[in-house]
Amino acid sequence: MRTDITKINEKSSHTELTEGLMVFAGGTSKLFQTGEWRTNTPVFHEDLCKQCLLCAPVCPDGSIPVKDSKRGAFDYDHCKGCGICERVCPFGAIEMKEGNTNGN
Amino acid sequence: MAIKERMSGNEAVAYAIRQVNPDVMPAFPITPSTEIPQMVSTYIANGEMDTEFIPVESEHSSMSAAIGAEAAGARSLTATSSAGLALMWEELLLAASNRMPLALTLVNRTLSGPININCDHSDGMGARDTGWIQIYAENNQEAYDNFIQAYPIAEDARVHLPIMVCQDGFITSHAVENIELLEDELVKDFVGEYEPEEYLLNPGKPIAVGPYSISNYAMEAKKNQEIALENSKEVILEVAEKFKKLSGRGFGLFEEYRTEDADYIMLLMGSAAGTAKQAVDEMREQGKKVGVLKLRVFRPFPAKEIAEALKNCKAVAILDRCESYNGNGGPLGSEVTAGLFRYKVMIEAVNYIYGLAGRDFTVSDAVHVFEELADAVENGKEVEQFQYIRLR
Amino acid sequence: MKNGIEIRWHGRGGQGAKTAALLLADVAFKTGQNVQGFPEYGPERMGAPITAYNRISSDKIRVHSNIYHPDYVVVVDETLLASVDVTAGLKKTGAIIINTPKSKEEVMDELGGYEGRVYTVDARKISVETLGKNFPNSPMLAAAVAVSDIMPRDKFIHEMRASYEHKFAKKPEVIDGNMKALERAYDVVEEAIEEYNQMSA
Repeated sequence: MRTDITKINEKSSHTELTEGLMVFAGGTSKLFQTGEWRTNTPVFHEDLCKQCLLCAPVCPDGSIPVKDSKRGAFDYDHCKGCGICERVCPFGAIEMKEGNTNGN
Repeated sequence: MAIKERMSGNEAVAYAIRQVNPDVMPAFPITPSTEIPQMVSTYIANGEMDTEFIPVESEHSSMSAAIGAEAAGARSLTATSSAGLALMWEELLLAASNRMPLALTLVNRTLSGPININCDHSDGMGARDTGWIQIYAENNQEAYDNFIQAYPIAEDARVHLPIMVCQDGFITSHAVENIELLEDELVKDFVGEYEPEEYLLNPGKPIAVGPYSISNYAMEAKKNQEIALENSKEVILEVAEKFKKLSGRGFGLFEEYRTEDADYIMLLMGSAAGTAKQAVDEMREQGKKVGVLKLRVFRPFPAKEIAEALKNCKAVAILDRCESYNGNGGPLGSEVTAGLFRYKVMIEAVNYIYGLAGRDFTVSDAVHVFEELADAVENGKEVEQFQYIRLR
Repeated sequence: MKNGIEIRWHGRGGQGAKTAALLLADVAFKTGQNVQGFPEYGPERMGAPITAYNRISSDKIRVHSNIYHPDYVVVVDETLLASVDVTAGLKKTGAIIINTPKSKEEVMDELGGYEGRVYTVDARKISVETLGKNFPNSPMLAAAVAVSDIMPRDKFIHEMRASYEHKFAKKPEVIDGNMKALERAYDVVEEAIEEYNQMSA
């Protein structure tokens, strides 16, 4: 039985859990929105960005999407606000702002 | 038609493995179980089976590889003894908590120290709380029969737990005795193909095995594992019933030998049970009402069933082939007496330690134990409640 | 054991006493008997004293202990007589068979006053003459079968040939030598048994 794990939560009874806590799906970390943990928020200044793409691979949470060799807007559903991207950006195109702001 | 043969316990298990032809066998050699992977690899080399044999560099690796193969969707097994089982400790628990129905043929040998290669049950008993099903054999025949029943028990949807099939090192593993074998086709039909519902190498149906679990889930997961172990009791009996139809040989959670009207019962596991039965026959000829309860399934522990089986006798001798170092007896002694108390069976229960590190256990040793029980009950003789047999 | 016999083998690691015990179990099995053949294990060292055992019975064998009161004892290496109590527990009604060039009178002193039958076989000589090497276990196996009377000579010889043909499928040249070794040892002991029977008649 492929249990729908979205229906399991921390209040589920033992009878509702999967056997051996197996997860019957792939890429399930997407379902877990770590963005709410954020206390500082990176803000993307597109005008300063040279698309060098140093930021995307160092993001521990895969929260900088890349399409057609260009980075896009931050995925604030999963960004924890660690600030590594700001440190590696040579052009000042990423700025850390205090608080969980969704970039506003 | 049964095939009448003679072979050692290790040969018998290797023969059963060939007949079952599991998918993957990672193994690392250790006395006295070495012959099993050795014989299996010979069968493979001779083209008599097509199990993928993986020589690994330790037992830590053999159990890890067996778990990995099982998770991937293969039927896997390994073999070991003594320190080899000890080195698998962490993985044993993972095999059970990840609900992997793999098999391990354990050839019981003492754990060091002092370093010694001979039989006792300290290796198996050391792994008694790892969540595995544990089945013990009296002789080569039972080692063979138990292995054939192993996968149908472990792989049952109500169970999904690993299973340890144990026999006494050297005493049965290296003793050539008569045996009745089943035809290859009968065994193959009985065990069937392994068709897991969920496994890692299943395109389009991804799963994750062994995820980190926060406290909110871990306790519930452990309870589920415990329920599966309890469920295995009925599955073990169902599989035994089917096996009886196939072979004519019946099995239960334990065997009761001449216990019906017995005043004194000896409870023990493994090869010494045969020796004890011989003592029972000799004493019965003199009119003594004695019997043997040979425990076959140690995990799940049939406490209630044992209490029921012992409730009409006057005294039980519980024989442990393992020292627990708890200052109070052996593992069987502790669990049987706890079971008797829980189910309110208040009989005399003496715990004996015997056969450590290959110390012999003879018919006259068994007779002596029965006589001591009788002396305690009939003459009020004070008997040490926890004592060693044949200790110098 | 009520019905059947118990045999204890004394040898040294590497001489094949264990193999002989397993072979004996093998041939006895072929006569329809219940059998047990098992060695007593320790650290495996070439030359160290080892013990192996056989139980052979028409009844099912359940006992899994060593043998303390054997019907027969087979000593594969005579140097053990000085260091091992080979007749310990040996039944008076039984016999001991020793691999030695000496006569039974010459070895009696080393048998702790054993009152039963004593047979000697020069297994080394037989082995060297038939096989070109010292493999004392084949002749001692034949001697054990002759003394314990587990099966008739022709049945034994027949089964052993089949067994060797299987075992030595890749070197058939050694089969004849082994068969000769068996037959010679069997006949030496059989002669001694007849002598004994005539004396006690």
